[in-house]
Amino acid sequence: MIDLPLIWAALIATAVLLYVLLDGFDLGVGILFPFARTPQDRDVMMNTIAPVWDGNETWLVLGGGGLLAAFPIAYSILMPAFYLPVAVMLSGLILRGVAFEFRARARKRGRAFWTAMFALGSILATFAQGLILGGFIQGVRVEGTAFAGGLFDWFTPYCLIVAFGLIAGYALLGATWLILKTEDDLHGDARRWAVFTAVLVAVALVAVSVSTLSVHPRVGLRWGVDTAQGLIDWAVLLPRLIVPGLGLAGLLVVAWGLATGRHLAPFAGSILVFLSGFAGLAVGFFPYVVPYALDFRQSAAPDNALALMLFGTVFALPLILGYTAWVYWVFRGKVSPEAGYH
Amino acid sequence: MDLDALFLSRLQFAFTIAYHIIFPSFTIGLAAYLAVLEGMWLKTRDETFKTLYLFWIKIFAISFGMGVVTGVVMSYQFGTNWSEFIRVTGGVIGPLLAYEVLTAFFLEASFLGVMLFGWKKVGEKLHFAATCLVAFGTAVSAFWILAANSWMQTPQGFEIMADGRHVATSFMEVIFSPSFLPRLAHMLLAAFLTTALVVGAASAWRLLRQPNQRESRYGLVMAVGLIAVAAPLQVMAGHWSGEVTRHHQPSKLAAMEGYWETRADQPFHVIAIPSRETQSNHFALTIPGVGNLIQNAPRDEVIPGLDQLAPADQPPVWLVFWSFRVMIGLGLLMLALGLGGAWLAWRGRLSDRWFLRFAVALGPAGFVAVIAGWIVTEVGRQPWVVYGVLRTADAVSAVPTAAVMTSLITYIAVYAVVFTAGVLFIIRLIAEGPVKAAVDPIPSERAPGSALAAAPEEIPGDPS
Ligand code: HDD
Ligand code: HEM
Ligand code: HEM
Repeated sequence: MIDLPLIWAALIATAVLLYVLLDGFDLGVGILFPFARTPQDRDVMMNTIAPVWDGNETWLVLGGGGLLAAFPIAYSILMPAFYLPVAVMLSGLILRGVAFEFRARARKRGRAFWTAMFALGSILATFAQGLILGGFIQGVRVEGTAFAGGLFDWFTPYCLIVAFGLIAGYALLGATWLILKTEDDLHGDARRWAVFTAVLVAVALVAVSVSTLSVHPRVGLRWGVDTAQGLIDWAVLLPRLIVPGLGLAGLLVVAWGLATGRHLAPFAGSILVFLSGFAGLAVGFFPYVVPYALDFRQSAAPDNALALMLFGTVFALPLILGYTAWVYWVFRGKVSPEAGYH
Repeated sequence: MDLDALFLSRLQFAFTIAYHIIFPSFTIGLAAYLAVLEGMWLKTRDETFKTLYLFWIKIFAISFGMGVVTGVVMSYQFGTNWSEFIRVTGGVIGPLLAYEVLTAFFLEASFLGVMLFGWKKVGEKLHFAATCLVAFGTAVSAFWILAANSWMQTPQGFEIMADGRHVATSFMEVIFSPSFLPRLAHMLLAAFLTTALVVGAASAWRLLRQPNQRESRYGLVMAVGLIAVAAPLQVMAGHWSGEVTRHHQPSKLAAMEGYWETRADQPFHVIAIPSRETQSNHFALTIPGVGNLIQNAPRDEVIPGLDQLAPADQPPVWLVFWSFRVMIGLGLLMLALGLGGAWLAWRGRLSDRWFLRFAVALGPAGFVAVIAGWIVTEVGRQPWVVYGVLRTADAVSAVPTAAVMTSLITYIAVYAVVFTAGVLFIIRLIAEGPVKAAVDPIPSERAPGSALAAAPEEIPGDPS
């Protein structure tokens, strides 16, 4: 008998990870928009992501839709729990999504407005995602199968730290993506942005890691750290240090790539950093889908629904990954200002 | 009615979905139209088709983007505002929504990139394939979301578990619920009509200023041809929908027709002012003896009226009644446009100025009819969210009123800005016309719809 809820938990985690990596770099480009020196540079920055952003964002729809379909109970608890951040995220995504077309169609003041909206929308969406992530790690109050917390449970210092960390992280992904996709002055700027954001990410990682240990006693125990007693269980902690080790390795790859003028290495390094963060979260709250209240079995849809979806996914997912890779391949290479898209 | 979380959530859902549906109804048809244009160009090498393609793809890019971002809001709103609905029915309609993402959204979103920016990157054939895949994706998307909606209208193939949640007993029955096929046909035809009316109006508007403008003549002929075929089919599909409604959602039919009384030999109220207070029509222009006939029911068959329901369980009758009449009225005007245009074309008089003005006037008619049609369908279903099974009042999330008020105001503000800008850009493009769009600014260097290629931050002498 195949363990359908477990497979679906893994699939949705993968969808969320892909979303964070893919939309992460294009949201990051938006976050860096205000720092571009010329309108031409902003055109190029947008052109590097214009053909792929929609596909990237679809992973968010799969993450949300997948959660709805596979874990309807979790979905119906989490969405009301993060009601306001979700609304902010969606508004941000609207503003930046339409800016791709609007910015080029507008003239003068309109153009400046949509340039600003692209940056603002990207920052808002990222910030809201960070608040949701923070609120998720903190744990969600549940009674029976309904959300029982308050409207502003996600408004804590901890969530703010996570949100700022995520902004820095996406900006790092964006900067290293631009290193890969651009040349000349903009390329030089992207390198400077990458240095700066990598430092911010390093600081944020430490801050988030340390505060995560204490945000919920369970998380600390998972890592072998008993914050109440101030005890450390090294037998638990040591093997898990591979996770922060991966993050450190990622940062070193970024630093090395920047120091030696490489084009791909910084991007690859920042992906490693995100993988480490993701693995760190998994250690903290597996097997919960609604942290510390419901696990993936308690919140799963009936088996026949999961089986039907798995049947479709087995065919559709390889196809999706295949044509997504093809699209990236079609648009490979540097994007230069004169060339635009041919 | 109180301004509670339930009411505000309904308002928010109605507002955001009515806004969203504007774009699918246009992009489903436009994607197919673009595929036809590109195919015709590849086949005949007539540059007119290429010019038209390069023109409409710009408008497509703007509309599609707006469709995507407003759609993402919809899929999250199920959770934020209707979490009880999802908790109860997620195991039944969840898979349909998941299939929509897997089979449609990724397809559209990925090949859209190639369609808009890949003109010179991939060969002609591959580019054409990308256009076709996007068009196909939009139709597949309609298939799944309408399957979900139809199950909510005419639920079957499920049972209720001990904890109140639903589990499917047959997904074939869930997908192919009784109202699904007529609804799919009716909606796809509605999308084609909406697009054809816009293309027809834009072409006619230009022909009124520049008679014989080549691209616009092609555009008008294609649009009129499509309307002449699709409008009669739409009347038939609508009738089919109505019959299914009569069998499966009698309370909706009673609201659509303003039937308060259960009886045989129902009349037909051409217009009326239905009132829930008095449980009757205040004023009515009535043709007796034809109600059953229109419903395709024998004259002696008893058709239930609203008197079967307690007033609290009746849908808001006047809204359903009038939306239904708006849709039908516009449908008849479309029929006149299509058949009249076909007749004029046959007589070689398609450039008749009165006909062109009529075509311009009907430009937005598709959008209005689509929204009116959905109001009939959705408001007519009240007070149920899953007809006869789950009440709307039991489907709403337990979130504070203030939260819903905040999100509603936010969406209204954001959508207002986005809508104003989007419509302005589309109208501006239409006013420039296909020829300017095709040569603007350096034809060989700009890909179609490459809105993002370097454009000057300021255009000299431009007032805006
Ligand atoms: C009859 C067609 C139809 C209807 C009734 C709806 N949609 Fe829609 N939707 C589409 C037809 C469509 C489309 C043609 O596939 C769109 C519109 C334009 C576009 O970009 O894709 C789209 C886009 C779109 C997207 C973005 C897809 C992407 O990332 O590319 C989402 C998440 C949704 N929709 C979700 C919904 C939900 C939850 C609906 C109902 C409550 C809904 N749509 C009603
Ligand atoms: C796309 C065109 C659609 C339009 C214009 C539309 C319109 C509306 C309107 C006006 C309402 C409010 C009714 C009321 O509260 O009186 C509503 C409610 C609702 N509709 Fe739709 N609808 C559409 C499609 C869909 C689809 C495809 C689904 C689901 C798959 C859906 C699910 C719902 C739900 C869950 C509600 C909220 C509960 C309710 O108020 O009844 N709708 N819709
Ligand atoms: C003139 C003849 C028409 C008839 C008899 C007709 C009939 C109907 C009926 C009975 C429904 C409600 C289905 C239900 O019970 O849920 C409906 C819904 C709808 N109508 Fe029409 N209609 C006509 C024309 C049009 C036109 C011209 C358009 C748009 C261009 C249109 C668009 C829609 C839409 C979008 C819906 C909601 C989706 C659905 O439930 O199918 N209709 N129509």
